[in-house]
Amino acid sequence: MEVVLETKNLCKSFGAVMVNDKINLTLHRGEIMAVLGENGSGKTTLINMIGGIYYPDSGSIYYENKRVEIRSPKDADRLGIGVVHQHFKLVSSMDAVENIEIALSDKEYKNKADIRKRITDVAKKYGFTVNPDKKICDMSVSEKQTVEIIKAIIKGAEILILDEPTAVLTPQESSSLFNVIRSMKKDGKSIIIITHKLQEVLDISDNVYIMRKGRYIDTLKTSETDENELACKMVGKTVTLQIARTSYEKKKTVLSVHNISCLSDDKTVGLSDVSFDLKSGEILGIAGISGSGQKELCECIDGIREVTSGKIKYYAEEGNFDITNKKPEWRRKNKTGFGFVPEDRLGMGLIASSDMVDNMVLKSYKDEAGAFLHRKKAADIAKYLIKKLDIATPGIHTPVRMLSGGNVQKVLLGREIEAGRDVLIVSYPVRGLDINSSYMIYNLLDEERKRGTAIIFVGEDLDVLMALSDRIMVMADHRIAGITDARTVTKDYLGSLMTDTKGQVI
Amino acid sequence: MENKKEKQRFARIIKRPYISDAHSLIIRVIAFVFSFIVVSILLLCMHFNPFNVFAVMLKGAFGKEFLIRETVKGTIPLVITATGLSLAFRMKFWNIGGEGQILIGGIAATAVSFIFGRSIPQWVLLSLMAAASIIMAGLYGMIPAVFKAKFKTNETLLTLMFNYIATQLIVMLQNTRSWQDAANNFPKVRMLDFYSRLPRVFGVHIGWIIALVMLVLYYFYIQKTKHGYEIKVIGDSMETARYAGINASKVMIRTMFLSAALCGLAGFLQVAGADGTLSESTAGGVGFTAIMVAWMADMKPVRILIMSAFIAILNRGAGNLQTVYLIPSSFANIMIGIILLFMLGCEFFIKYKVSFSFMSGRKSSAINDKGGRYDY
Amino acid sequence: MIINFLIAAVLAGAPLVLATVGEIITEKSGNINLGVEGTMYIGAVASLAGAVAAEKLGLSGFGVAAVSFIAGALSGMITSALFGFMTISLRVNQNVVGLIITIMGTGIGNFFGELMGQGAGGYISVTDETKAVFSGIHIPGLSSVPVIGELLFSYNGMVYFSLAAALAAFFIIKKTKIGLKLTAVGENPYAADAAGVSVTKYRYIASVIGGALCGLAGMYMCMVTNSGVWVHGCISGYGWLAVALVIFSAWNPLKSIFCSIIFGALMIMRLYIAIPGLNPFIYDMCPYIVTSIVIIITSIRKTGKDHIPESLGENYYREER
Repeated sequence: MEVVLETKNLCKSFGAVMVNDKINLTLHRGEIMAVLGENGSGKTTLINMIGGIYYPDSGSIYYENKRVEIRSPKDADRLGIGVVHQHFKLVSSMDAVENIEIALSDKEYKNKADIRKRITDVAKKYGFTVNPDKKICDMSVSEKQTVEIIKAIIKGAEILILDEPTAVLTPQESSSLFNVIRSMKKDGKSIIIITHKLQEVLDISDNVYIMRKGRYIDTLKTSETDENELACKMVGKTVTLQIARTSYEKKKTVLSVHNISCLSDDKTVGLSDVSFDLKSGEILGIAGISGSGQKELCECIDGIREVTSGKIKYYAEEGNFDITNKKPEWRRKNKTGFGFVPEDRLGMGLIASSDMVDNMVLKSYKDEAGAFLHRKKAADIAKYLIKKLDIATPGIHTPVRMLSGGNVQKVLLGREIEAGRDVLIVSYPVRGLDINSSYMIYNLLDEERKRGTAIIFVGEDLDVLMALSDRIMVMADHRIAGITDARTVTKDYLGSLMTDTKGQVI
Repeated sequence: MENKKEKQRFARIIKRPYISDAHSLIIRVIAFVFSFIVVSILLLCMHFNPFNVFAVMLKGAFGKEFLIRETVKGTIPLVITATGLSLAFRMKFWNIGGEGQILIGGIAATAVSFIFGRSIPQWVLLSLMAAASIIMAGLYGMIPAVFKAKFKTNETLLTLMFNYIATQLIVMLQNTRSWQDAANNFPKVRMLDFYSRLPRVFGVHIGWIIALVMLVLYYFYIQKTKHGYEIKVIGDSMETARYAGINASKVMIRTMFLSAALCGLAGFLQVAGADGTLSESTAGGVGFTAIMVAWMADMKPVRILIMSAFIAILNRGAGNLQTVYLIPSSFANIMIGIILLFMLGCEFFIKYKVSFSFMSGRKSSAINDKGGRYDY
Repeated sequence: MIINFLIAAVLAGAPLVLATVGEIITEKSGNINLGVEGTMYIGAVASLAGAVAAEKLGLSGFGVAAVSFIAGALSGMITSALFGFMTISLRVNQNVVGLIITIMGTGIGNFFGELMGQGAGGYISVTDETKAVFSGIHIPGLSSVPVIGELLFSYNGMVYFSLAAALAAFFIIKKTKIGLKLTAVGENPYAADAAGVSVTKYRYIASVIGGALCGLAGMYMCMVTNSGVWVHGCISGYGWLAVALVIFSAWNPLKSIFCSIIFGALMIMRLYIAIPGLNPFIYDMCPYIVTSIVIIITSIRKTGKDHIPESLGENYYREER
C-alpha cells in the first residue's frame, strides 16, 4: 500500500521534559491506525506537530514521500491533513456554515448556499446527521464533533486525525462514529485515532501504534493482538486491569435526597426533581453525558449551590440533620463529614498558585479563632499526606500548580478523604491521569468504601463505573434517567439511558 | 507538496524550562539600560545632551538636602496608594480609581479642618481628619465593589468614572463660597490653617513614618491573617473561593474599602502634609502612577517602596528639568512609560527563549535529517 | 434653540463616534486597548504639529487639514502598533499596557503641546484659514433648508467622516467575510487559528486601524473642538468614555453613533439647558455619572453578555499548554 504520511525522528520538548523523542510513524492510504498510549505519553503532542499547532524541535514530516514543513494549521490543511482536536475548535456563537466558511478561502466556495449544500452532501455520503444552521453553542458534543469532521472533509482532508473522539460520546454515538470512519476508509481516506481505550482499538483499527512516555514502543497488527498484550505494551509492565469491589455489609442510609431542583450558572435548569438514597459503604456511580447535571448535583449536596426546592437529609452518628442549603461554614461548625473532589482540580478544588500548606487549610482556616491564620497543623497534614499517598513534590512549599496532574489529584483527594469520613463526592477523579495513578485512586476509593464511607463517583468511562460502583445512576438532561445495579447492567443499556431525556425512574 | 511561500527567516519561541535569578536579573538590567538609551535618543532628537539632562534630573532629586526631602515627600503618597491598590489587585480587582479616592480623602480631611478649626486639641483634630479621609474614601471605593460583587459590574470603568466625578466635585468646591478664602473669591479652596497641618520629623511631614508603618501592616495583613488568605484565594480563582465557602462579595467589598481607605489616607497626607491645600492636583496623577508601581512591584511591600522612590526621583528630576531647560515636566510621564514598557516587555524574554532559524523547504531537509537546526 | 442644541450634541459626539468605533474594531479582535485616552492625546498633538508644520511649509486650507489628518491617523497607528507589539508579540497583560499608553500618551500630548507653545512664544495656534477648514461646511441650496438643512448639512468634514467610518465598520464587521473572520478571532482564537485565519495578523491590523480612528478622534478634539489650539489636558476623559460607550453600543458601530451623540449632548448640556437651582458644576459631572449608571444598569440586565467577544483581554499563544 502507498505511504501517505511519514514522520522521521520527530522530537519535541516542553521545558526539560522530552514529550516526543524521535517519533517515526508511517501511515498508508486507506489505513485506520490507532495511536495508543496513556495520558501523558505524548500522543496529542505528536498529532499537534502533524497538525501544525506545535513546531517540532527537530525531525521531519513527509507527505506522499515529499518532505514538508508544517508551520501552521493552514499548512496542514493545504496538504490535506484534517485534525479533530479533543477540545473542538469551533466558534460557539456561529453556526456550522459560518464555521466552515471561515476555514475556506474565497476560491473554494461560491456562497453560503454552496457550503450548506456541501455539508448535506458530505453528511449523506458518510452517514452523518447535522443541521447546518444550528449554532454551535446549541449543539450537543456529538453534533459538534460531526461539524468538525465535516469541516475537515470539506477542506479536502485525505488524512483525518481524531484525538480521543469517543471520550465524550455515548456507546451508541461511538458506534455510529465508527461506522462513519469505516465508510471513509472505503472512500480511500486514511485515519489516525488517538485513544487510550483498548476495546476501541480492537474494534476499529487496522494497526496499532503504541507510545509510552514520549517514546515509540511498537506497531502491531490489530488482528494479531489482544487486550492484554496492548495493555502490557502501553503501560510497560504486566498490569492487572482489575478494579477491586469490596462488599460492605453494615449498610445504612447516610444521605437521602428528596426531589431537589436547582439552577445552573446561566440560570437555566440545573437539576430537576432529583431523588435518591446513599448508603454507607457503597459507591454510587454517576454516568451521563457531561453537562447533564452532575456538577450541579455534587455542588448541591456539598452546600455550595442553592437548592430551589426539595430536601437533603444527612443521617450522622450524632443524629439526623436537614442539610438543605446549609453553607460550608455551618457544616464546619457542626462537624459534618463531607468531602468533595471537584472536576476542575486547580481551578476549584485547590489554590493553584499556593503551596500545599495553604491548600490544606482551604476549608478549615476558620476553625481556629482570631484574626490570624494558623499554618502549623496544616504543615503537619501536608507532610503526612506526602508520605501516605507518595506525593512527588520538592517540598510542602512548592506551589501545587507546579506538580504533575496525578500528584495534584493526590493532594486534593488526600485532603478531601480526611474531611469526608461519611460522604465523599468525587467528580471525574482520574481525568488526565495515567493508568497507575488511576488504579491507585480506584484502590483508595475502595479503601474508603471498606471503612464505611458513602461515595458518589461521577465518571465518564462506563467500564470503570461498572467495575467499581455498587449502583449506577444515569443522569440525562438534568434529571435521573435511571438507577441500576452495577453488577448486572449492560453498557448498551446505560448508553440508551444517557440519551433518554424523558426521565423514567426504575 | 512543497511550501508555496518559503519563509527564509523564522523565529522560534520556546518556553524556558528554568532560568537562574542571575540570568533574569541580567535581562532586566539590559532592558533598563535600553529604556534609557531610547530616552537618550529622544532627548538627542530635541537637541539636548542626555548626560546633562540626567545630571540635572539627579541634581533635582538629590542636589540639596531640601531636595532630598522633596523627593521623600513625593514618595509618600506613591507608597501608600500603591499599597492600597495592591490589596485590590491581589484579588484581581482592577481598582483604577486611586486618583479619585485620594481626592475624596483630601476633601474629607479639608472639610473636617474647616468645620472644627481650632476648637479642639490639635491631635484630636488631625486624628479626626485622618479618620474622615479614610472612611469617606473607603466608602467611595466600596461603591464599585458592591456593584461588582452583586452584578459583576465592570470595575475598571466604574472606578475610573469615579475619578472624574471626584475631580468635578473639587471644581465645584473651588467655586463654593464657604470653601474659598474670605478675602477674595478666586475659584480656589483656601489654605488649611497651620493648626491642621501635620508635624514634621527630620524635616518631612510624618507621612513617611505612616507610609512605612502601612507597608509593614500590609505585609502582615497579606501574609499572616485570614483576611489576607481569603484575598489570595479569590485572586487565584473565584470558583475555589466558592468551593471553600468564602463569601467573595463580603471579602471584595471589605478589601476595596481598605484599598480605597489607604488611597484616602494618602489624600489626607497630601492636603495636611505636603500641599497645605486642596486642589485638582492634590492627587496629581499619583493614582495612576501607583497602578504601575503596584504592578511592577508584583504587589510586594519592599519592591513597592523601591519602585515608589524611583518614580519619585524621576518626577522630582523632571521638575528640575522644567526650571533648568524649560522641558515641560510631563517628560517624567514619558520616561516612566518608556521604562515600564521595557521592563514589562523583558518579562517575555525571561519566560521564553527566542531563536531565529534560517530555513527553507529544500535546504532544510539535509539539516533536519540530522536532527539539528541553525541557531544564532 | 433645540436645533442648536442638537447640532452642538452631534459636534461633541463625533470624536466619541470615532474613538468608540476604533475601540470596537480593536475589541472585536479580542484585544482590549485601554489606552484610548492616551492614543487620543498623541493623535491630538501630532495633528496639531502636522498642521503647524504644513503651514510653515506654505500649505494652506485643505492642504494643512490633510497633513493634520494624516499625522493624527498615523500617530494613532504607531501608538496602537506599539500596543499590539507589547500584547500580541510580547504577551504582556493588556490592561497594564493600555494604562501605560494612557499615562505615556497624556505625557506626550501635554509635553509636546507645551514645548510647541514655548517655541511659539506662549501658546500654539493654527492660522484662521486653517481653523475655517475645520468649521462647518456650506452646501448651497441644501444647508440653507430650514431645520433639516441645518441638522444634516452644516457640520465640518470630520463629522461626516466619523459617520462614514461607523457605517463602514458596521458593514465590514457584519456583512463581509473579513468581519466574520475578525469575529472568529475575537471569539475563539484557537478555532480561528485551526481554520487557517492568522490570529496575529488580524489582531495587529484591527488594533492599528482602531488606533488610527482613536488618533483621529484626538485630532478632532484638538483641531475642531479647541479650534487648533493646544489646551492642557484637552482630552479630559473622552477616551475613557469611548471605552464605556463600546459596552453601551454592544460592540455595534451603528449603535455607537446614537450612544455617542447622546453623550455628546450630556457634555454640552450646561450651555443649553438650565435647570433652576441646580449647581452648574453638577452638569460637568453628568457624563461621568450617567456613564456609571449605565454601566451598572448594563451589568444588572446582563445585556453585554451576548455581545462581548469571548476571548476579550486574553493573549493568544498557539503553543501554550
